[in-house]
Amino acid sequence: MSTDTVLKADGVTRRFGRFTALKDVSVSFNRGRLTSIIGPNGAGKSTLFNVLSGAFPPSEGRIYYEDREITGTPQHAFPRMGIAKSFQITNVFPQLTAVENVRVALQAMTNRFTLWRSRTSFPELQEKAEALLDQVGLDRHRHRNAGNLAHGEQRCLEVALALACEPRLLLLDEPTAGMSPEETRVMMDLIEGLAAERTVILVEHKMKLVMGISDQLIVLHHGELLAEGTPADIQSNDDVKRVYLGQRT
Amino acid sequence: MATKNSRTERLATNDIPISGRRVAAALHAVARHRVLAVLVLLAIFPWLMPYKALAVDILLYGLFAMGFNLIFGYTGMLSFGHAAFFGTGAYATGIAMVHFNVPWFGAMALGLVIVAAVAAVIGLLATRTRGIYFAMVTLALGQLVYYAVYQMTELSGGENGLRGIQVSELSVLGVPVNLLDPVNKYYFMLAFIGPAIWVFSRILASPFGAVLEAIRENENRARACGYNVAQTKWVAFLLSGLFCGVAGSLSAIHLSIVPIESLHYHTSGLAVMMSLLGGMGTFFGPFIGAFVFLLLEDVITNITVHWQLFLGTLFVLFVLFLPKGIWGTLLERLGR
Repeated sequence: MSTDTVLKADGVTRRFGRFTALKDVSVSFNRGRLTSIIGPNGAGKSTLFNVLSGAFPPSEGRIYYEDREITGTPQHAFPRMGIAKSFQITNVFPQLTAVENVRVALQAMTNRFTLWRSRTSFPELQEKAEALLDQVGLDRHRHRNAGNLAHGEQRCLEVALALACEPRLLLLDEPTAGMSPEETRVMMDLIEGLAAERTVILVEHKMKLVMGISDQLIVLHHGELLAEGTPADIQSNDDVKRVYLGQRT
Repeated sequence: MATKNSRTERLATNDIPISGRRVAAALHAVARHRVLAVLVLLAIFPWLMPYKALAVDILLYGLFAMGFNLIFGYTGMLSFGHAAFFGTGAYATGIAMVHFNVPWFGAMALGLVIVAAVAAVIGLLATRTRGIYFAMVTLALGQLVYYAVYQMTELSGGENGLRGIQVSELSVLGVPVNLLDPVNKYYFMLAFIGPAIWVFSRILASPFGAVLEAIRENENRARACGYNVAQTKWVAFLLSGLFCGVAGSLSAIHLSIVPIESLHYHTSGLAVMMSLLGGMGTFFGPFIGAFVFLLLEDVITNITVHWQLFLGTLFVLFVLFLPKGIWGTLLERLGR
């Protein structure tokens, strides 16, 4: 594995019963780059995302992270390896305040079975949590319950939760799903800022959205790798044009 | 516009009438010093009750429901098998005293070790499942313990229950204490239940308590944050079982017998009902639930033998109209 590759999928296939969602996909993601996985509905984007982020193992094939194989590693071990993710469906702790959401996420990186100290006796966690909320633009909503935040704000909160483990690799599954144009702009700015400091893998349905900010694109179609390359390569790719314009081959 | 604003503001602050605000302030004070508040109340509690044995019952079942609430209210898993821990605690302590002449303190310690073992095994099997499956698995495993003890007639007394636990002269730190005196008995129980409440409060306030809430709120997110959800649930289950085991162990000394019903799923159901009546996921809820349930049972059985019909109806009404229970609703109404 070359030194500038962070994550690599090697011959990954994933079946659900008789349905093959992903067919022998081999891709690698470069360090410090923003790579977007795109494709029409049902292309296998989310399946690839879930396999890469450890939500479920591939049926066949292997996943490598930095210099080791991580196929089948349990989900909860990912943040400690420096891999964080956000979900396609908003996924926060609704009855906890925004700051408590982030504090719990930060706490996961410390000793988990502290039974005897008070949870408020860790001021450094509280400070860090507030700083992270600041970073995603939610400092005003610190003490509101996460479930009462607007949709776009909840998604930003989720990014803050993902950042809590100080990830070297950030995986985002359709972070702008269901957002208003204004919220989308805020989120894309946020992602661009995050990508300056770490490797980002982004799953996105809307091709236009990622063209401007991606270093690399991966196009999936019917569970197979259709094309990969720079945004310019992809834009001039005839196969991709055909798939996105919905013409039959 | 300006006047309208000031009016809405005034409305907001005057929303709760003066007396209500005083109550709210008092409740806030209670919530802040919850351990102290409970201990003061518990110290004078027997004199507030129609008779003192009822006060002991409320304490014991309150502790039982509180332990259960760690899994149910705080971690979000509905168990129907917690009688296994209450009953095992009672039987193990009783059997050690009756058949092996172990002094009461040693018998209680032994009881807890055995409860820990039972909770560890049941927890390992049950926490792999979720939702309704978790409820069914805990119910089945709980009944398994019930029938196992039922069959051990030599040790457990079978369906007659375990009899002959001597509590008339227990040596407490070298001083003989007669637990047949209800006041002695009450304070003896309080000496265990008070510290248990304190420990429970510490656990809830700890980082571990925060993890439990996170799992209840969103298991997937907790996992993605880096928490080993399966392991955390197992530890919570074990702790929950231990608190219920302490309650069971004390109940053996309280009653000086152990009825086989203490292992039956009806007893598990009691913990569910008491938690829901008082307010699941609240600190005081289980004790308030135990108080209301046992007091009503006591009052209604004086009038009719069909007390379960009345309590059952009350329970259904609570689930339908006050799902947060008495304490949970109070907290909500008065705005924490």
